[in-house]
Amino acid sequence: MSGESYQEPGELLSEETKNLHRAIVSLKEELDAIDWYQQRAEACTDGELRAVLVHNKNEEIEHAMMILEWLRRHSPEFAANIETYLDSSGPITQVETLKNAESGAESKGFASASLDIGSLKGLKK
Amino acid sequence: MNLLKRELAPITTDAWKQIDDEALRVLKLHLAGRKLVDFSGPHGWELGGVNTGRLNHIERGPGEKVGHAIRDVRPLVELRSPFMLAILELDCAARGASDLDLDAVIAAAERVARAEDSAIFHGLKAGNISGIIGSSPHPPIIVESSLEWPRAVSSAKEVLRLAGVNGPYALALGVEAYNELIADGDDGYPLRHRIEEGLVDGSLVWAPALKQGAVLLSMRGGDFELTVGQDMSIGYAAHDRTEVELYMTESFTFRVLEEKAAILLQRTTAPTLDSTK
Repeated sequence: MSGESYQEPGELLSEETKNLHRAIVSLKEELDAIDWYQQRAEACTDGELRAVLVHNKNEEIEHAMMILEWLRRHSPEFAANIETYLDSSGPITQVETLKNAESGAESKGFASASLDIGSLKGLKK
Repeated sequence: MNLLKRELAPITTDAWKQIDDEALRVLKLHLAGRKLVDFSGPHGWELGGVNTGRLNHIERGPGEKVGHAIRDVRPLVELRSPFMLAILELDCAARGASDLDLDAVIAAAERVARAEDSAIFHGLKAGNISGIIGSSPHPPIIVESSLEWPRAVSSAKEVLRLAGVNGPYALALGVEAYNELIADGDDGYPLRHRIEEGLVDGSLVWAPALKQGAVLLSMRGGDFELTVGQDMSIGYAAHDRTEVELYMTESFTFRVLEEKAAILLQRTTAPTLDSTK
């Protein structure tokens, strides 16, 4: 039960925090399972069993990503950091610095993008 | 730095904001096609063409029992309209001036909006764009006097209905047609209201690029598509001690997907028709 791992008395925690905790505990369990399946598959001497273990490991990765997506949708801090780091390029340790430099340029009026008009369909006159 | 090179312009943040805001205001007022057709984008400078899914030039060769065909794509057209601004005037924004002389921005925005709309309504041969009017298979409805507008719109709507094109319908009006419709009818009641109340369930749109009267078209979606790569933007070209040269730009193409979804209402005897050219 994820409730057993609260660091604070449950009655002091909001439902939002409890759900967040459930998701984080589930994510940890999925990541543990990925790690374990990876090791077992590598050590396994039976080819067919190894294939099953690798399949299971990949399933756990899918589960982990589903929980991560839930976290992204329910935590603005997760969302902001996912937007910064996931699907980025260049040295990972410099991603945040580079993004801040870009947004700084935009705030100075250099606006990389356009006037952002887009569709006006339905707008009268 | 990106293609617009705005960082290189000797323009303060405050002045840039006033330039952009003014351009946006004028473009939203003047762009008529975007109020009527489907919009795809913005896809960025990298988009060079739109896939139509069709083949051209299906021929034999280049080898024995080998044919070839060329994929049909619509290349994006890049518009670019330059304008000059006085640096001394722009610097006033940093001192608190909120009324910069931006007539050149207004003129450039009008030019570019006119160019985009002209391609949408009349086509742009060099850019392989067929306009709404030229693509329509329906003979134009002739409007011989201003009082005929309600009857003409009603007839046009019937033509579209009979062609299987359902509404809502919108009426795009050139300058002269628009002026005639906002004027009073015989009974003192503006023709525009008569049309809005009974005939057009979409909207009446002022379209200064429209040269021949008005166009009735369906707003149901799926008939006309404007694809934009880089949306309307202002870039930097050059400067000297007194002036900075900027330009307004965009990349786009336009496709008519259902030719039958529009019909021209041609005003024949309006004396000032040429003024929109």
